[in-house]
Amino acid sequence: MTIASTTQLICFVALSATLVLGALGVVLLPNIVYSAFLLAGVFLSVAGLYLLLNASFVAAAQVLVYVGAVNVLILFAIMLVNKKEDLADIPGLALRRVLSGAVCGGLFLLLVRVAITTPWALPGPASIGDGATIRIGEHLFSDYLLPFELASVLLLMAMIGAIVLARRDVYSSDVITGEPADQGLIEKARTPLLTGKPSP
Amino acid sequence: MVTPSMVTTSTGLDLQASFEATLAGLGVSPGAAHLLWLPLPMVLVLVAAVVGVLVNVWLERKISAAVQQRIGPEYAGALGILQPMADGLKLVFKEDIIPVRADGLLFTLGPVLVLIPVILSWLVVPFGQHLLISNVGIGIFLWISLSSIQPIGLLMSGYASNNKYSLLGGLRAAAQSISYEIPLALAVLAIVMMSNSLSTVDIVAQQTGAGILSWNIWRQPVGFLIFWICALAECERLPFDLPEAEEELVAGYQTEYSGMKFALFYLGSYINLVLSALLVSVLYLGGWGFPIPVEWLAGWLGQPIDAPLVQVITASVGIVMTVLKAYLLVFVAILLRWTTPRVRIDQLLDLGWKFLLPIALVNLLVTAGLKLAFPLAFGG
Repeated sequence: MTIASTTQLICFVALSATLVLGALGVVLLPNIVYSAFLLAGVFLSVAGLYLLLNASFVAAAQVLVYVGAVNVLILFAIMLVNKKEDLADIPGLALRRVLSGAVCGGLFLLLVRVAITTPWALPGPASIGDGATIRIGEHLFSDYLLPFELASVLLLMAMIGAIVLARRDVYSSDVITGEPADQGLIEKARTPLLTGKPSP
Repeated sequence: MVTPSMVTTSTGLDLQASFEATLAGLGVSPGAAHLLWLPLPMVLVLVAAVVGVLVNVWLERKISAAVQQRIGPEYAGALGILQPMADGLKLVFKEDIIPVRADGLLFTLGPVLVLIPVILSWLVVPFGQHLLISNVGIGIFLWISLSSIQPIGLLMSGYASNNKYSLLGGLRAAAQSISYEIPLALAVLAIVMMSNSLSTVDIVAQQTGAGILSWNIWRQPVGFLIFWICALAECERLPFDLPEAEEELVAGYQTEYSGMKFALFYLGSYINLVLSALLVSVLYLGGWGFPIPVEWLAGWLGQPIDAPLVQVITASVGIVMTVLKAYLLVFVAILLRWTTPRVRIDQLLDLGWKFLLPIALVNLLVTAGLKLAFPLAFGG
């Protein structure tokens, strides 16, 4: 074995171990903030696996999109609404856990079976390394143009939705249910908190 | 594996090739020679980064003093040059405190996560044709994606401190970093479009044709300004140091930190400043290029460009030019810090989203149009 292939093997084992353990942590840890941080670790190790496969552009895109955007967004959401409250115990929690565990285990076995029985072409196609950036660009602007544009339309819709939700005060009634919006809260948000109070 | 793409039509000093050839001459196998070579540039760049920070701290102290008509540090070494060492030693010997109600693990991990991406980004900073750790094909994109990891560290330390100022500071830092990343990436994209490559070496090589006239700043003046503003915001330098605004947030996400953990934040922010300045000089100011191309100078002096001595001299000139340009920008950043007031958080977000983002988009479109119209001048 050469030095390069040994290094590759070590990297692969370490990355896979982080990936699997991290993913288990994301699902099993009770603290949602830990889950979110571990999710970042999972995304990073996926990026590492891409690097091992000689797909550096995909790896960098993975870090930029999943760690830099998606995960930060998740963390934002958690931290802005992170209220410390004790949730009431759900009845039959043990049974629910057993059931969901069985479903996940079944799915895992199914995937393992697919992975074993599929005749993979080994070794796979040779990697094109840094040329991949150009190849991805060519595909995005030719045969994958429609999915690419559809994805951007989807993002645009999400953005408009977010703006509508954030600018509720423009509407006098709720956009979805048609009920009159709580004007009191909106008015309260507009008046400064500290003026007009009787001085002590 | 990230493999360095070999530039075949290059002149200039290739230390790696010479080092491995020397070792091969001594009877070491090529694999072992490569293994011996690998840690050298990494250690060198790490040392360079830390020394860069020391210089930076000294400059900051001296320039701030000059701005405020003080003398600044003067007793620690000549002109107070040892003051940054004293600062560093003080931080090393300070007690390392983890607040009782804080989350110890995340509290420790936060500063590390802030520092590591910044240091990793030095991978793509070129000081010469072959004088960089790795000529990664995705070059500048690697820096953009690595710098997007930083907000996670900031959020982590803000959250783990269990302190409302820290949490607010962390959230602000992450929001700021995300908002300014987009115009930054768009400004870089315009450059990439002109040089047809993401690799930092290729970006500089494309600017070396006619010395100072071929630098990207003349073709991308708007992009240069956008990039510089966004880089300052990413480094949390003063017009944009909202996350640690003393008057509002005590010290933001750094409030609970002391000793070496605080030093990591400190180090991270200064390394990031030097890195940003280096990248501005790479992207817009011709990187290692001398204002007059060294090839012309060598031609006028009647020296062959690939003679060993000339190669050593041109490589040194390249390193000096890169560092000089970067430190000129650092000087501007320090001067800005001590002369401009801080913006409010709403002004900051307005500037990022409502001004810089549209301008960056227009800049990108105009660059694309110019590239189609004048392929010679704009890298067709």
